[in-house]
Amino acid sequence: MRGATHARWAACAVAVALAATACGDDGGGDSGGGDGSGIVSSSWGDPQNPLEPANTNEVQGGKVLDMLFRGLKRYDAKTGKANDMLAEKIETSDSQNFTVTVKSGWKFSNGEAVDAKSFVDAWNYGASLKNNQKNAYFFGYIDGYDKTHPEDGSKQTADTLSGLKVTGPNTFTVKLNQKFSTFPDTLGYAAFSPLPQSFFDDHAGWLSKPVGNGPYTIDSYAKGSVMKMREWVDYPGEDKAQNGGVDLKVYTDNNTAYTDLMAGNLDLVDDVPASQLKNAKSDLGDRYINTPAGIIQTLAFPFYDKAWDKAGMEKVRTGLSRAIDREQITETIFQKTRTPASDWTSPVLGEAGGFKEGLCGDACEYDPDEAKKLIEEGGGLPGGQVKISYNADTGSHKEWVDAVCNSVNNALDNDKACVGNPIGTFADFRNQITQSKMSGPFRAGWQMDYPLIQNFLQPLYYTNASSNDGKWTNAEFDKLVNEANAETDQAKAVDLFQQAEEVLRDDMGAIPLWYQNGSAGYSERVSNVALNQFSVPVYNEIKVS
Amino acid sequence: MGRYVIRRLLQMIPVFFGATLLIFLMVNVMGDPIAGLCGDRQCDPATATQLRKEFGLDKPLWQQYVTYMGNVFTGDFGTAFNGQEVTELMASAFPVTIRLTIVAILFEIVIGIALGVVTGLRRGRPVDTGVLLATLVVISVPTFVTGLLLQLLLGVEWGWISPSVSPEAPFDELIVPGLVLASVSLAYVTRLTRTSIAENRRADYVRTAVAKGLPRHRVITRHLLRNSLIPVVTFIGTDIGALMGGAIVTERIFNIHGVGFQLYQGILRQNTQTVVGFVTVLVLVFLVANLLVDLLYAVLDPRIRYA
Repeated sequence: MRGATHARWAACAVAVALAATACGDDGGGDSGGGDGSGIVSSSWGDPQNPLEPANTNEVQGGKVLDMLFRGLKRYDAKTGKANDMLAEKIETSDSQNFTVTVKSGWKFSNGEAVDAKSFVDAWNYGASLKNNQKNAYFFGYIDGYDKTHPEDGSKQTADTLSGLKVTGPNTFTVKLNQKFSTFPDTLGYAAFSPLPQSFFDDHAGWLSKPVGNGPYTIDSYAKGSVMKMREWVDYPGEDKAQNGGVDLKVYTDNNTAYTDLMAGNLDLVDDVPASQLKNAKSDLGDRYINTPAGIIQTLAFPFYDKAWDKAGMEKVRTGLSRAIDREQITETIFQKTRTPASDWTSPVLGEAGGFKEGLCGDACEYDPDEAKKLIEEGGGLPGGQVKISYNADTGSHKEWVDAVCNSVNNALDNDKACVGNPIGTFADFRNQITQSKMSGPFRAGWQMDYPLIQNFLQPLYYTNASSNDGKWTNAEFDKLVNEANAETDQAKAVDLFQQAEEVLRDDMGAIPLWYQNGSAGYSERVSNVALNQFSVPVYNEIKVS
Repeated sequence: MGRYVIRRLLQMIPVFFGATLLIFLMVNVMGDPIAGLCGDRQCDPATATQLRKEFGLDKPLWQQYVTYMGNVFTGDFGTAFNGQEVTELMASAFPVTIRLTIVAILFEIVIGIALGVVTGLRRGRPVDTGVLLATLVVISVPTFVTGLLLQLLLGVEWGWISPSVSPEAPFDELIVPGLVLASVSLAYVTRLTRTSIAENRRADYVRTAVAKGLPRHRVITRHLLRNSLIPVVTFIGTDIGALMGGAIVTERIFNIHGVGFQLYQGILRQNTQTVVGFVTVLVLVFLVANLLVDLLYAVLDPRIRYA
């Protein structure tokens, strides 16, 4: 029969085409067990980088590390204070040479002991250029960093940091290349986590199922879909998991995660979509959390552009700051998940930590008349118009940028004084910033690495600092920061940092917009849910009923 | 016939290279992807250079393309930025999307053709008008509206289904997403079948068949439908490729970790390897599906011959 012949040819053609390109697949992926009792299910996003402590710089991978590792210090989820965790003591006499004693009795979940070597090896790994660790700059204060991580990308001349020395089974010394009195308080950051020997012996194996020393162990990890973390029964620390485990489920969209929470299929959503903020309160009642996080949003300026850097422009910048009605924007667009900023730090630091409400003073007060006057005195907007650049792909930035522009336009009685300048992808946006191609103010967000005022100022505004995107530079500011870092008395150090902040204010090096909150919602099954200052849920304290 | 197939297969080669080159160029136009890897801060220059070297981004573009294609032919599609092999991503994404596509195509064939036959045979009757109106509504409402609406109604309000699909994505969980994905095409299939049937109903061979005294269902299935299916088959064939690559919206709404989601994430993160790899496979699917459609013509209508 003719038809049959044709059909056979068709089948043949397909077979040939498929075979030629060898695009066979072996549908894999098994689903782990678990009966779900005492297990919290939580929304998650696919981590952007491999899950190594010194290579994880975003919140999704950070969640895992927070459950999997305990470092020398740990930040109190409420106060933000850096408390000793694995550190017995950290001593210094000159703010530059530190002696660290590690508590004995700690173990990794594979049975290896956590000792001084676990830390030194991990830090050396993180600082070594050949390992491509994106958080390497955290080790930049340690002596010998310029040898293991030459800034120009040339061949490294050492594999280990000369400033780190193991002096006993549980002690090691750290020599810094500058005075840095609050250095011990930075050690709560995930990049400073200890690593077991198995990390170095079988790296690929470790990556597919990481092993740490925290209250949870990884039961199974299907990349890109779900990670099942279970309570580690023999965990030696005091902050044992209060639940049987956490299932981190990757969601394609945070709206879907929210819908799943509503339908009772998910216990915890730690990223309530902007479009649902309006409903979250009525949907969830007191199961909706909205607490301050260590995130501040600012507008940075391209100081490499002459037009923005000439004398008198500080008046224009201050004028722009005063033309923004922060109160109204945070209320209508963000539904109070942002708080108008009045300094360059974050409320999570607390008064003692350096947060000073109102430090910005008049310069951050909304006053359209004064704004107009200041901008005119300063010589007007460069080119008659400001373009605020932002990435349009994530984070609903368009809404607030348009609102800011509206506010500026109203203040100046000019419809074209300010326009938004969307850039397609985040990567492209970052590219244009790093290549100094910005021609006007641009969105700058900062999520702190550790709750110290130093972290809000030095990386962002110190001359040529790693995140000084606008290339703002001021000798007075740099001098005050150096003095503050050398100061051993914390109160005095904070005071010096605040003086530096005032220098920043007087030149309006960046316009503070608002402090960002972390928002989350949870189901009736779970209780005692809170977010820490990094807007990561405190998983080990969640109770399941 | 054999020569025709071979010729078609040979024609695929330039199409394949052209398409991959275009995608490769387009993804590269978006700029340097490394900058997006370090969050809201600058990657330290040394690490950035090192990463560029590792991903081969420091070489000229033509060289990158040649290396990439060379690797593809040995089955190596490169590594995504999170350290996963792209082939590994494909192995997890494609089975899911293929299942989703099968569900969608089945809906198109079963419901679409059945409705088309019913309306085509009863032209002008209330059934016909009703279905025509319904298809118009389906075509004019965007997929994400139908998707979100069904998710909210069936998933949250009535609790019939789970609003999100589990990572394993078995067939039964894909029924509603499949229906949503198929909805627009389903409406087109109905309309195409209807027109074709209505036209052929008056053809001579149908009258002959009826005059011969053949039973009604045999007239419809063997004579009328078989000849009316050619435009429908063309449409469904090209739709396979469109459904597989174009499921981004549906996959995001229903939390399906398939091809659409991987592509979306790859584009956001400017991950050249992921995007080019997935699109390359999709191009192949398109080419094969089209060839199949052309060959199916001959099966359906013996008058069509390929030399």
